Amino acid sequence: MTVDLRPLAPEVVVAAAALLALLADVFTRTSRARAVWWLVALVALGWAAGAVWTAGEGAFGVLYARDGLANALQLVGLAVAAGGMLLARDYLARVGLDRGEYYALVLLSTVGAMLMVASQDLLFLFVALETLSVPLYVLAGFARDSHRSQEASLKYFLLGSFASALLLYGVALVYGATGSTGLARLAGAEGSFPLLVGLGLVVVGLGFKAAVVPFHAWAPDVYEGAPVPAVAFMSVLAKVGAVGALVRLLPLTLPHLLPAWQPLLAALSAATMVVGNLAALRQTNLKRMLAYSSVSHAGYLLVGVAAGNGTGVWSAVYYLAAYAAMNLGAFGVLTFLERAGVEADEVEDLRGLADRSPALAAAFAVFMASLTGLPPTAGFVGKFYLFMAALQGGLLWLAVVGVITSVVSVAYYLRAAYAAYLGPGRAGVRLHPGPWAGVGLGVSAAATLLFGVLPGPLTTWAQRVAALLR
Amino acid sequence: MTVPASAYLLLSAALFTLGTVGVLVRRTALILFMSIELMLNAVNLAFVTLSRVHANLDGQLAVFFVLVVAAVEVVVGLSILVHIFRSRDTVDVDEVDLLRG
Amino acid sequence: MDARAVPWIVALPLAGAVANGLWGGRLGRRGVSLVACLAVLAAFLVSAGAARDLAAAGPSPQVVRLFDWVAVGEFRASAALQWDPLSALLALVVTGVGFLIHVYSVGYMADDPDYSRYFTYLNLFVASMLVLVLGANLLVLFVGWELVGLCSYLLIGFWFERPAAAAAGRKAFVVNRLGDAAFVLGILSVWALLGTLEFREIWRLLGDGGGALRGHPGLVAASLLLFAGATGKSAQLPLYVWLPDAMEGPTPVSALIHAATMVTAGVFLVGRLWPLFEAAGPVLGAVVAPVGAATALFAATVAVTQYDLKRVLAYSTISQLGYMFLALGVGGGGAAFFHLTTHAFFKALLFLAAGSVMHALHGQIDLRHLGGLRRYMPLTFLGFVVGALSLAGIPPLSGFWSKEEILHAARAHAVGVWAVALVTSFVTAYYATRAAVLAFFGEAHQPAHAHDPPPAMAWPMAGLVVLSAVGGFVGAGWAAAPLHALLQPVFGEHGKAAAGSGEVVLAVSVAVAGVLAGWWAHRGRREPDLGPVGRVLAAGWGVEALYDRALVRPAKAFSRLLAERVDAGGIDRTASALAEAVVRAASAVRTWQTGNVRQYAAGVLAGAVVLFAYWVLR
Repeated sequence: MTVDLRPLAPEVVVAAAALLALLADVFTRTSRARAVWWLVALVALGWAAGAVWTAGEGAFGVLYARDGLANALQLVGLAVAAGGMLLARDYLARVGLDRGEYYALVLLSTVGAMLMVASQDLLFLFVALETLSVPLYVLAGFARDSHRSQEASLKYFLLGSFASALLLYGVALVYGATGSTGLARLAGAEGSFPLLVGLGLVVVGLGFKAAVVPFHAWAPDVYEGAPVPAVAFMSVLAKVGAVGALVRLLPLTLPHLLPAWQPLLAALSAATMVVGNLAALRQTNLKRMLAYSSVSHAGYLLVGVAAGNGTGVWSAVYYLAAYAAMNLGAFGVLTFLERAGVEADEVEDLRGLADRSPALAAAFAVFMASLTGLPPTAGFVGKFYLFMAALQGGLLWLAVVGVITSVVSVAYYLRAAYAAYLGPGRAGVRLHPGPWAGVGLGVSAAATLLFGVLPGPLTTWAQRVAALLR
Repeated sequence: MTVPASAYLLLSAALFTLGTVGVLVRRTALILFMSIELMLNAVNLAFVTLSRVHANLDGQLAVFFVLVVAAVEVVVGLSILVHIFRSRDTVDVDEVDLLRG
Repeated sequence: MDARAVPWIVALPLAGAVANGLWGGRLGRRGVSLVACLAVLAAFLVSAGAARDLAAAGPSPQVVRLFDWVAVGEFRASAALQWDPLSALLALVVTGVGFLIHVYSVGYMADDPDYSRYFTYLNLFVASMLVLVLGANLLVLFVGWELVGLCSYLLIGFWFERPAAAAAGRKAFVVNRLGDAAFVLGILSVWALLGTLEFREIWRLLGDGGGALRGHPGLVAASLLLFAGATGKSAQLPLYVWLPDAMEGPTPVSALIHAATMVTAGVFLVGRLWPLFEAAGPVLGAVVAPVGAATALFAATVAVTQYDLKRVLAYSTISQLGYMFLALGVGGGGAAFFHLTTHAFFKALLFLAAGSVMHALHGQIDLRHLGGLRRYMPLTFLGFVVGALSLAGIPPLSGFWSKEEILHAARAHAVGVWAVALVTSFVTAYYATRAAVLAFFGEAHQPAHAHDPPPAMAWPMAGLVVLSAVGGFVGAGWAAAPLHALLQPVFGEHGKAAAGSGEVVLAVSVAVAGVLAGWWAHRGRREPDLGPVGRVLAAGWGVEALYDRALVRPAKAFSRLLAERVDAGGIDRTASALAEAVVRAASAVRTWQTGNVRQYAAGVLAGAVVLFAYWVLR
């Protein structure tokens, strides 16, 4: 028996780059040499993206599907990884954390997300999920000497493992009900009680990764404690993986059980939008505020999953791409700032940013406007699609909740954007140059605006995913 | 004497519940962590039993993956714990609450 | 110049905003003012050119598609601009009045340290407003709608170091968000119902009274939601509370945004979706007209008791916007837009005159401390009197013509509404006279160095004096009513038939009676004691107090229940009740986040158990 490994080429390239980065780190001493390896890793990401772009569609056994959904979300994941590496470089060098394993961890985690969105088997999904998560636990604690970073790491790790165990028990139940962990067998399965409970537990595990209420409590603490470039990266990548897997599992595999899971997903989505946005309102710490914002965005993404129709599926993909651009950017702005030797992470720290760097402040305003869903940005178009999908799926009330919570969210996003335009700057806050992060931010801001003003190409591209819906 | 599969599944569920309760009530990070390991092994038991019930090898295969993942978690988890213990002199998770609100 | 030039109307002010935003520091004050004013002037000239050809091109709207914007299945919305009579009229008003106010601002803001920031916002506002009026579908209109709101908050809070300005900006923000939420839901329901958001498609589907969809409950719901959005932006009952506070912004901003243009966006929205509102059955007559009439009368009576000149004008604006909605409600779309146009002239003029007073007297605007200004500031005096008499509806000034037409339309359709409109007309004439008397007549309270403003401010005022005086002729019957010829395809025949001479005499006598009553009651700057009635009026009929009792306090009690332990300090009392309830709920949510890992794990498990229970109980 021969197995065609070519569909796996992108993952192999990224994994190899990760191992290479780890190995190289042992033998490099100078920062110049590290920079070379860093560039090599970036090139590998580009190469992998090229491989995904040209991969076409095909399957690798029964475990893995290289289809439209996998291709689309893998590209988003690779873009997130590249963004994460660009944002991290200047920051890590500045705070003395410039170690090669950071990039190795980023790359490994990316491999996990890539496998997650492509996996056609629940067990494989579990392994991919762990490949995504374990590097993130370490990244959260990457500032090893910071108590906050340590705490973030511990919390993320304990809760993450706990959620993984729940997910795994769910997989066992599904296996018990259908005799297989493969999605192929699940596709026609009857909605028996053990199957539904098993699915519920899988949803819990994936919901945890995406920071869906009530499985979200880790997110604010971890995002506050972890180093800011790591947060930028993990907040997006984990969502790409988890939402991708949810889309594959529910609307694509189990459309016949829609009446069973739709109310549940809709309820989770509504709760997530409401709690995330409410909690963000009172935050004075920008990282925490953005963490709750990231919780609320999990809710918006779930609107697409809950809608369960083709529009919902591709809108979720669209929104993931938009979210990647705007959220990487929003956290990315923070990598430039420093207050008395620590991260400047308070809303107040942004004061006077417009005077010091108009471009940075403008980019930040664009990201905030997009996160809140103001036109003409990617966030607006994405939310519009998602709410349309909810209407088409007969979930009028969910669209209403979505609209009202986005309206509430303007309050905290614009407060942050306002702060950047109000002088004078807070004492002790310094702005550091960051050429690479600047490139990352520039691309993010451009994408946020471009996807909002000219969403056509990205929409067409995302809509291909809907073809998978049976 | 043959023990019915349901008994194994019940045992698995009981172990899983024990593990879950352990996570919720124990305060030492290490024991909390062991409780999670217990949960994973409860799942392993279920997989092996179900594998026999369905008379296919998928479940047994699953156990290998789970074992490997558990080992990975141990490696990462213990290093995080050790690090925290060194700098704070405590592994009581209730004392690790700088981040909140 | 044909419709292909239309994108330039938006692009020019936008370019001005970008230029001033990026290089404002390097351009210097003269450069900034030149860029800002010329950008708007150029946009006006392009609009005028395109409007001239509109008559030749016929009444059907011309759509300029820029690019495809969003697409969902069958549904497509493109970034497209529409050039038709309604958008042409609004574009002319926005750029025309906008240009004058830009020039005025050059003088008014001359000493402000944030000169280029101010003009960046102002140009951005004009561009956004043009997106709003030129958009060819509801989505593009919504883009403009949000952007003008943003500019409005930025400009209300322009002097953010003043706490009152910051609070006013916040209040405007909260109230407008309520309206905007309704608006978004309205857009979604229009789409759900008709499957399109293009205005031309909506008109085609709902032409001739809506056909099969006439009175469809979904249509009624959609029109109510859209109207709710309009009441937020156009400061109607019950969402008017933000506009009086918005006067904290610079006075030219009040003139442009909070009198002449942005606040009329709600009126424009209803006019734009006219076939939808007509097809929605009773909504126009049963909701729009009463809300408009009630707001018109209510705000006019409150204006009688205000001492802050700008607040008088703000309540007057609310009242006149109510007049426009009233006109729409009784089917007088043409009359409403005629009044929108004349109101833009005379209300801008009144604000600019008030701005000149402030400019001369270092910010003094309290009517009790003004007086006798006519001797020192003759031009300002002339401007204010022309504006006030036009507002009062004295012929032949512009306000007379449009108001007359509204009264006529109301008379023909709803006598009750007509009666309210007549009473309002009397009160309007009264408070307009009162303000003029208190500020400009009697003994001077002010240092004699008060003087008319510099030319940059004087010329725009002079221009508006002329427009306020003769601007009404564009809709006057004997002048062949070019405005109505323009709007006729939009609103059909309504409001075109000439009023009988008896009606005109009645309307004019009411207005004159109001002026005389105001003159007599306040002669020699006297302030008659209106007793308890006056106190009620001065308190805005107790509406804010009612809000406090009916909404703020229950919300507080509720939120106390929700978050007993949370510190109440620092919450802005003026923020709306709803905002506070939301904030309290937010605090409650925060207390869940204890930082304890085991509790988080319990949360995860509880979630799983709920899922479990759902499957069992299902």
